[in-house]
Amino acid sequence: MKSKSIEFIMEGRRQRRRRWIIVTSSLTAFLIIVCCAMLLLGNTIYPVIDVIRALLGEQISGVSFAINTIRLPRMLAGLFAGFAFGIGGNTFQTMLRNPLANPNVIGITTGSSAAAVFCIVILHTSDTIVSVASVGAGLATVVFIYLFSKGKSFSIGRLILVGIGIQAMLNALISYILLVGAQQDLPAALRWLSGSLNGSQMHELPSLIITVLVFAPIIILLGKNLSILELGEQSATSLGVNTDKTRIVLILCSVCIIALATAITGPIAFVAFLSGPIAKRLVGVGFSNIIPAGLVGANLVLASDLIGQFAFEVRYPVGIITGIIGAPYLIYLLIRMNRKGEL
Amino acid sequence: MNSLSDLNNSRLHPHIPKHFFTVIVICFGLLVLSVIASLVLGSRPVSFNELIAGLFHQNADSYGASVVRKRISRTVFSLFCGAALGISGALMQAVTRNPIADPSILGVNTGASLFVVSGIAFLNINTAYQYIWFALAGAMITAVFVFGIGSMGRGGATPLKLVLAGAATSAALSSLVIAIMIPRSYVMDQFRFWQVGSVGAANWSSISTFIPFLIIGILLGIISTTALNALALGDEVAKGLGVRTGILRLVAALAAVLLCGATTALAGPIGFIGLLSTHLIRLILGPDLRYIIPMSAFAGAIILTISDVCGRLIGSPGELEVGVVTAFIGAPILIILARKAKVSSL
Repeated sequence: MKSKSIEFIMEGRRQRRRRWIIVTSSLTAFLIIVCCAMLLLGNTIYPVIDVIRALLGEQISGVSFAINTIRLPRMLAGLFAGFAFGIGGNTFQTMLRNPLANPNVIGITTGSSAAAVFCIVILHTSDTIVSVASVGAGLATVVFIYLFSKGKSFSIGRLILVGIGIQAMLNALISYILLVGAQQDLPAALRWLSGSLNGSQMHELPSLIITVLVFAPIIILLGKNLSILELGEQSATSLGVNTDKTRIVLILCSVCIIALATAITGPIAFVAFLSGPIAKRLVGVGFSNIIPAGLVGANLVLASDLIGQFAFEVRYPVGIITGIIGAPYLIYLLIRMNRKGEL
Repeated sequence: MNSLSDLNNSRLHPHIPKHFFTVIVICFGLLVLSVIASLVLGSRPVSFNELIAGLFHQNADSYGASVVRKRISRTVFSLFCGAALGISGALMQAVTRNPIADPSILGVNTGASLFVVSGIAFLNINTAYQYIWFALAGAMITAVFVFGIGSMGRGGATPLKLVLAGAATSAALSSLVIAIMIPRSYVMDQFRFWQVGSVGAANWSSISTFIPFLIIGILLGIISTTALNALALGDEVAKGLGVRTGILRLVAALAAVLLCGATTALAGPIGFIGLLSTHLIRLILGPDLRYIIPMSAFAGAIILTISDVCGRLIGSPGELEVGVVTAFIGAPILIILARKAKVSSL
């Protein structure tokens, strides 16, 4: 009898693990396809052999420039930024137990964005300073939101309202900076309104890649604690999780990777919001959806960028495409939560 | 018997809020001060003689006098816009029975933006009059949409639901705005100046286009105040008192949208004036809408004009657009309101 029920539980666990493995590997496979498409497609379509040879460092006139200077940085920026947005957004959503509590809605990406715009358009600083400033501003935004929304008890509603208020100020700041900026900075400036992979350059990327490679594993390792945090403060404490410490480490890591991604691609609309819920839907409950969320994020960014580049007569930056996909989903989610009375 | 005479007494002598007359005097004083400040201060300060020359001698041609003349239209425009936004905010708060309601927070401004941008891009509209009609249509549709989503489910339109519905709609619409602009750089260039919200581009022709909308909006707003007072007691009570709540909401919302839509069309999205002025007045005069609605117009006009002056002083030798200034003054008010237990417990 006893062994039967254990057998039953084990069977459920095996099924969920199988589902997780299938989902993760198909997401990875799809990601590889999209990455290859990013390298192969463009104004001119080069033979696959040439592309591979150019990537390996051979000098082929025309091909080397197109691949190594334009398409590869674009692909890498989309890949890592998408992964960062996905993981970071998912961490916030899981930790605060509400899909609406993500860096896009509560204004963290706007904070990083404002700092980056200020450094680039007004101060004309170097890449390093832009990255540092946007991380600093992202963290400062989190601290402000936390301080202002702290009351007698924690309330997610208050947190979101405070976030929206802070976001309004930052948006005003961004539009003002764009207005005083020079005309020739305008196309670059659009990036800061919606996020774009246009003009990603190789020398900008190392900081993003290193940060993602350092902080994403920490988040993934803390994944077990994150799933327990999702049960609520009291359950988590009684299950032996140091809630405050876990929370601080998770927030620090996610803000760092999100802010750096924002510094390079701009706040690509809604990726941080969409990835978590999509990953959860794919994986189901019971297994950590951190890695799938990151993969979904990267897939979303790269696929949207391909759509933006080739589906229309005009080239749209990736943020427009993700915005047009993401905003209706946000509205749908609101309608569903309102119906259920979850707000 | 006693209570009946009390009742009659209060009917004949309606209760006037304690500080009402003081507030009127102060408002009037501030209004005059802000007008003078708006005429005199700026990136080029004007002397008293130049001010008089600019105001009263039509053909005085000193540099200062022409600066003053340029600033007259701007000041008049900012007074009108402020009044319109103040009333619009007060009406929206009354209609939704919700302390956090303001054209910018509810996404109504973005709706107006989307329609104006589509008009510029697809239909080649370019006069102030066309801008207004497009903005009104956009504002109207967005207002209905946002309120529809925000009032779904249990508890009706709570502040949090409305704000979130507004923010989500705003985000969706601004993606569309940018998608329309990107292939058309001329729209982009026009739009980025409009987008921050400024009263600087005002001239007499745009003011005269604006006035009919202002008057109709204010009249509709004033007509609905008494009934809105009843609505503040709740839908059931209001119906019991003989108010047709459906029509009332429609009229008051129409007035609010007329006022904020017309302002947005001409000045661009200027946020938080409605929120700011209404809460200030309610804090001083209490919840009676018969006082709040007209006085919010005063407060809105004063706040917008002073913000504009501040923007000119801070941004000197250029200017800091008034939309940026009001966002910085207004967003903290939103945060303070959000911190009030009543809002966040919802």
